Formats: sequence, structure tokens, C-alpha cells
Amino acid sequence: MGFDIRLPIGALFSILGIMLASYGALSDRAIYAHSLGININLAWGLVLLAFGVSMLALWRRAYSARSREASREQPPS
Amino acid sequence: MKLGAIDIAIMGAYFVFVLGIGLALKRYIRTSADYFLSSRSIPAWVAGLAFLSANLGAQEVIGMAASGAKYGLLTSHFYWIGAIPAMVFLGLFMMPFYYGSRARSVPEYLKLRFDEKTRGFNAISFACMTVFSSGISMYAMGLLLNLLLGWDFDVSVWVCGGVVLVYILLGGLTSAIYNEVLQFFLIVLGFLPLVLLGLHDIGGWNGLKAGLEGVATAQGFAPQTWTSAWSTTGAAASNPMGVEWFGIAMGLGFVLSFGYWCTDFLVVQRAMAAESMDAARRAPLIGAVPKMLLPFLVIVPGMIAVASTHAGGHIVLPTRADGALNYDLAVPLMLEQYFPQGMLGLGLTALMASFMSGMAGNVTAFNTVWTFDLYESYIRPGASDRHYLWVGRVATVVGIGLSALAAYVAARFNNIMDLLQLLFAFINAPLFATFLLGMFWKRATPHGAFLGLLAGTLGAALHHGLTLPKGSMPGVKGGWIEVLHSYPSEMAQNFWTAIFAFSICFTATTLISLVTRPREERELVGLVYSLTPRPESTATAWYARPQSLAIVVLGFALVLNIVFW
Repeated sequence: MGFDIRLPIGALFSILGIMLASYGALSDRAIYAHSLGININLAWGLVLLAFGVSMLALWRRAYSARSREASREQPPS
Repeated sequence: MKLGAIDIAIMGAYFVFVLGIGLALKRYIRTSADYFLSSRSIPAWVAGLAFLSANLGAQEVIGMAASGAKYGLLTSHFYWIGAIPAMVFLGLFMMPFYYGSRARSVPEYLKLRFDEKTRGFNAISFACMTVFSSGISMYAMGLLLNLLLGWDFDVSVWVCGGVVLVYILLGGLTSAIYNEVLQFFLIVLGFLPLVLLGLHDIGGWNGLKAGLEGVATAQGFAPQTWTSAWSTTGAAASNPMGVEWFGIAMGLGFVLSFGYWCTDFLVVQRAMAAESMDAARRAPLIGAVPKMLLPFLVIVPGMIAVASTHAGGHIVLPTRADGALNYDLAVPLMLEQYFPQGMLGLGLTALMASFMSGMAGNVTAFNTVWTFDLYESYIRPGASDRHYLWVGRVATVVGIGLSALAAYVAARFNNIMDLLQLLFAFINAPLFATFLLGMFWKRATPHGAFLGLLAGTLGAALHHGLTLPKGSMPGVKGGWIEVLHSYPSEMAQNFWTAIFAFSICFTATTLISLVTRPREERELVGLVYSLTPRPESTATAWYARPQSLAIVVLGFALVLNIVFW
């Protein structure tokens, strides 16, 4: 029922990843004193982006498999 | 803690997606089966993650970290023995009856298997319990956001409650389930960097272990106490939980855990929404895999916080008025310490996500039980499906309204909440005995089940009234009749209350069943083990078959217990 949940999950995490990573790339290094000198925004933003993109890839694969199946079941008349 | 524009933007993106999922699902909701049961169409992995996420509320995240600080790795018993075996049992042995009987709720199964009175008792107590627990989590959330960010208590409660309301109102159970999966990933990906940074700061796992040795010896326990699950449970006095291995295995691992994971409609509803019998049986088994790993996400932060406090590190837990450390602040303090702006937004969003998933679980369970088991059964039977769909939506609004009310009651009168939680504990403790006998003994009778359940509840109350944890005053903590026995800790008392309640219910149900008339066997087909054909898995891949999945899950849990013995 409904849609494939992997689509919104992939989209949200890709967006969050891009937001965090670009903020990390642009922000002042001084704020990373808290996170032990690690630019955690950039690093974790990339992790989120990778997760988001792989979710989107899984969604895409399932989507094209489904549409292939649908076209096989209903041959064009 | 100060939020920047980036933090607000992250929270905003999350809210947009959560509401968007509800909105996108609206057009699929046509019948009550769509709204309350997701038309039984959810894939196994989605149902499995939602099963886990509905239980992963904010209290779990905050509370388990607090226990991690207070008891160390002993807290893992709430996962490795206190959840996994029960989840496996549910998937292998109980889902065939819940799913196969086509019952729409757990109380409805009781009605099909026994009779109206057991269902009524279960439905009413369950409906009250869900409202109060979502109220308590609303209260905890409001308090936390107020403390961390200085946000107004009312605004936090109403905004978070309002968002949950909207997405459930629009998309029903499917919306709750889809969001729970999203929230699950957010919780994991939001808290994982916290654990990694905290561990890095304290010198890795070995640094943490060394730090916790100091914590243990300072309190007069063996050095490995905080980093070991079983080795200090030989006697109740040798570990901070104050419970010995038998109390843990029987009280927590058997009675409490099976009573919760196998009979609580809040979690079972997720599996009941699955797309097939196979998927329904796999859902709790799939959920069990991340469940086993959660201790590293939710318990370890507390362990880091207490080790750091003891060694004078970056995280220092404040002392409360009664002299004990304020363990509840472990996660909030770590968020503040390790997360710069940006990550802070992600961490707070994860915290809100955990609050919402827990609350949505309660609300969807409440509206289903109210509509099918109370309204349709006692108030207005035989109305149109449209009408029940409408009632379900009204129940969603009313349920959230009542939860908010409960949140304010909790804020004003702490004792009332303690008292209510105690009452629910008495009602819940014996429940698993009723289901066990109902599903696996065809001779169990309706009168036996009902009276046994009552006897078990009374037995729990009686045991609580006659015992007291060390160092407490008689009253809400126990001993309100007379103190016959004193337990080393509150946890020990809880576990033993559950053991007594279960045994009394089991014995009473058995004895009364033997002298009362059982139901006709033909009425029990599909409801009792011996009268139901075994479900054959249609899956061909080994990992898709419930049995093989169960063996892998149990084996993995065993390995974790041995590694962290």
C-alpha cells in the first residue's frame, strides 16, 4: 500500500547530508574544539549523504523491477 | 545550548518530511482496514523496523543511558535476555495465531479465544495505559527541551503532539509505521556520532573500561562490574542492580519480557500489519537484529558519562538534591559537549524523532483498541465502515488530547503517575500466563482466563504490599500492608513481583480451567496450537525463512552474552 518508504528516507538523508557537509566545509574551524578538533559536520554529513544515496539506489532498483514486471503482465495491445 | 540557523533548518527539513509522508498517504486511506491495519500490506523489513522503533521512545534513549551510568553493562539484560528471546518466540510461535486468526487487535484475539470479559478487561486497561505512557513521554520531552533550549514547556508539548496528530490523522497506521522507519534511521544516525566522539574522547573501549573500573571500585564492587553482563550476578549484593542471575533470567528474561514483547498491542500491531503470514512472523525477527546492537547506541553514552564524571573528564554529571548523580542528564550533556552547531540540530532532531515514534506507537494502538474493542463492541456495534473510520480519526484527536492532559497531570502531581504506573505493572505482570495457556492449551477456559488474570493482578498487588526495597519508606514503593521481606533494590522487587504474578495467574487459570467448561474445539481452530495447521513458509532463501532467521538471531544474542560475560 502507498509508496516505497525508501524514497522519502533516501531524499531526507541526502538533503540532511548535503546541508551538514556544506555547512561543515564553510564553517569556522573554531567551533570544532568541542568535537575534539574533528570537523564532524563535514565528516558525518558525507556519511548521511552516502546513506541517503544508497537508499535512493535501492528504491530505484525496486522501482524499475516493478515497472518491468508491470509491463510484462500487461503487454501493449 | 545555543541553536544556529543550520540547526533550525535541519529540524525543519525533518518536520517537512514527516508531515509530507502523512500527506502523501492520505489518498490511500479509504476503509477502516486501511486506517487501522495498513490493509495488511507492509513489507517485513518495514514492519520489523517499525516494531523496534515504536518501542524506542525518548524515555528509552534517555532512560537506558541513565541505567548505563547507574548499572553499566548490566543494563544490556534489558536487550539481550529481556527482549531477544521474547521477540523470537513471538515471531515463531505467536504470530501465527495473531495474524492467522484475522483478529484486528490483541484484545480481539482474547475475545476470539476466550470471551468478552477478558477482552474488555484487557482493552480498557490497555487503552488507559497507552494514554498515560504517551502523556509521560510528552512530559519528559517538554521538560528536556525546556532544560536544554529554554523552550516553553507548553509550546514543545503542543508542537510535537500536533505534528504526531497530523500525520496519524492523515495516514493512519501506515503513516505511523513509515515515519517510525524514518525515525529509526534518524535516531541511529543522530546518536552514533555521539557515541563515537565520546569513546574517542575517553580513550576508546579500553579507556572506557579503565575509567569504569574506578567507578566500580569506588562503590565497593568488583572492578569489571560496569563492563560485564553476567559475571557479577552470582549474588544480589555483588552488583549495583541488586539482582541475582535467577531474578534476571526469570523475572526480566521470562515474565516481564515475554509479557511486554509478546502481548503488548503497541508493538504487535506493527507485525499484524505485515503483508503476509511469512512477513508477519519475520517482522519481530528482523527487528531483533538492530535491537541487539542498540545497547552500544543507548547504554554506552551513560557509561561514558559516568566514567568521565569519575575521572574528571569533559562530561560531569551534576549531583541531585538527594546526593546521587543526575544520571538522566547523560545524553543531554554529551549532546552539549560534543556536538557543534549543525550536528546539534541533527542530535536534537533524533531526540524529537524518538519522542514522536514512541508517542505515535501509543496513539495508533489506542485508536485501534478504542474503535474495535470498545466502541464497536460496547457502544455502537454494526455501524458502517465509514463510521468506524471516522470514529478512529476522532479517537486519534481525543487520544492526543488526553495524553497532553496526562502530561500536565504528570507535571503537577508526580505521585499520581507513580501510582498509575504501579497499577499498570500489576495488570500487565500476569498477562503472559493467560496468552501462553490460551495459545498452547486448548483446555484453558474463558472463566479460567479471566479469574486467573484477576488473581495474578491481585497477587502482584499483594506481593508489592508485603515487600519493600532496602532504604525506602512504606508507601508507593511497597510495604503498604506490612513489610514481610525486604529486597536489595527496587529492580529486584519488580522482577519478583512479576514472577509471583505470573505463577499465580498460571496456577489459578489452570485450576479453574479444569473445573469449568472449555469451549468447543471447532471454535478454537486457528486460535490454539494443537488445533491449527503449522504455517508453512513459502520462502526459498534461508534468510527469509522464520526458523532459520530465528536461529541466527538467537546465536548472535548468545555470542554477545558470552563476549560481554
